[in-house]
Amino acid sequence: MGDPDLTPAAYDFVAARRRLEAKAKSAAEKLTSIEDAAARVHDGDVIAVGGCLFSRTPMALVREVLRQRRRGLTLARNLMCTEGEFMMVAGAVERVVTAWMSIGLPWGVSKIMREYVEGGKVAFEEWSHLALGLRFRAAAMGVPFLPALTMLGSDLVPVGGMKTIDDPYTGTRLAAVPALFPDVALLHVHRADRLGNCQIDGYPHMDVDIARGAATVLVTTEEIITEEETRRRPDRTVLPGFVVDALVHVPFGSYPHECYGLYEADFDHFEEYTGAINARGAQAVADYLGRYVYAPPTYADYLDLFGGERLARQQRQAKELVPGS
Amino acid sequence: MSAAATAAELLAVMGSRQLTDDTTVFAGVGVPLLAAALAQQRHAPRLTIVVEGGIIGPQIKPGRLPISTNEMRAGHRALMLPGITDVFLFAQRGFLDYGFVGGAQIDEHGNINTTALGSDYWRPQVRLPGTGGANDITSLCREVIILTAHEKRRFVKRVDFITSPGWIDGDGSRRRAGLLFGGVSRVVTTLGIFGFDPESRRMRIEALHPGVALPTVRDNTGFELLEADKIAVTEPPTAGELTILRALDPERRFLG
Repeated sequence: MGDPDLTPAAYDFVAARRRLEAKAKSAAEKLTSIEDAAARVHDGDVIAVGGCLFSRTPMALVREVLRQRRRGLTLARNLMCTEGEFMMVAGAVERVVTAWMSIGLPWGVSKIMREYVEGGKVAFEEWSHLALGLRFRAAAMGVPFLPALTMLGSDLVPVGGMKTIDDPYTGTRLAAVPALFPDVALLHVHRADRLGNCQIDGYPHMDVDIARGAATVLVTTEEIITEEETRRRPDRTVLPGFVVDALVHVPFGSYPHECYGLYEADFDHFEEYTGAINARGAQAVADYLGRYVYAPPTYADYLDLFGGERLARQQRQAKELVPGS
Repeated sequence: MSAAATAAELLAVMGSRQLTDDTTVFAGVGVPLLAAALAQQRHAPRLTIVVEGGIIGPQIKPGRLPISTNEMRAGHRALMLPGITDVFLFAQRGFLDYGFVGGAQIDEHGNINTTALGSDYWRPQVRLPGTGGANDITSLCREVIILTAHEKRRFVKRVDFITSPGWIDGDGSRRRAGLLFGGVSRVVTTLGIFGFDPESRRMRIEALHPGVALPTVRDNTGFELLEADKIAVTEPPTAGELTILRALDPERRFLG
């Protein structure tokens, strides 16, 4: 492990283009079940996960990918949180491509990440936050790299195998940030119509670039709206339906992470989760996966483990922070 | 009213005083955000705070300080939510005057390590969380201010890994690496304020906080510090500064 060279598949813009040309880009019904959506993830895929840290994480999709026991995945996400720990302990992931991983500042450095990376079980391919954003943007633009002024002179350059380029106009040395074309994008959005036209409130994070760069796009949505409602506010649409392959209606689809304006992250739950890890290490995560991922047959059963009162409290807190939502 | 300042309060106050009015600052959660909010409420009302999560101009809700730069609390009453990539592109374009960063290791040239301890990147002794946006902030802002506790294990001669470049090896090496702009201007610690020699770009002592003796600083630093011609003594945090800070963080989540 620890291959410092870039995988050509990551930045091969011609192959990525051919893959998209070969795919149906239909204005048809995209609604399906979570099981059917997640079944489009295959062992060994490069998966890009939308949202950021504990914001708008596609938790229902992550949970279903784990339930289907995928293996050998590469997980690309700008800032990684509990979903990265789940994937590590479940044995689903062999490489993470990220700028930062832990739960959040109050909970310190992720003990799970330390154990898996220091022990050589998972490779941690680190990029600067902007560089990873530009990798997704290059893919979204269909080009093999983007020039940038960041990450130069640091020891991060050889980690991911980034090259530099001399500007043909001024001769200045620039970072040539390589594209990252994911096999699959997993996203959670605020609302979508049945054709997969998606709208996001609040933070856009990197979702739009991830979706436009990926070969397959799987989306869960808090709310299903009519096509007529989409047409009334087309300025709010961030992804057209032809980008989306599968859509699933999953209220609270990020929980216990936040969804802007709808529910705040459940920090009490994070306390319990990290407290258990502090006491019992990776076994605590394995137990957690048993209780929250493998045992509950449906997402509604999963949400029942938190309880309606807790969900309502998190909704109230979101409304305090984003008045008018 | 005011009890003596805690270490975090001292850092927030000293950090805030580095910020001038009519500027922009890239601030992370915790002490940097508190320092920026304090500056805004005290001497820099026309300061715009920019947060890594893709947030421009938030007004932090007292008692509801954000835990991450990417969550709802961080964007309370913001002016714009352009997204993460684009907020960094504002910095690449040159719109960001100041950037606050911290680090697990800081060396004599102001390079920062938040990646790993040990010599083998792929099998580190201690894996740290990573750069987040710190590499971009140190690469792209006009001036970088490091805010940190002053500890010997943190202030090392050479970082194990340059996550976020300061002056690299000094003597123009930052510019030669392609980092055409910016650099670390100040290191604000719990013991004093440090700058860099303009040629060698080695760290030098510029001011000590009240009651801090020079040997204490040297004992807590793992490399030889240069000295400015005249070493000043900082003004202690005022009651007014502490009152503003304590109102922002009544639960003392970050103020200690």
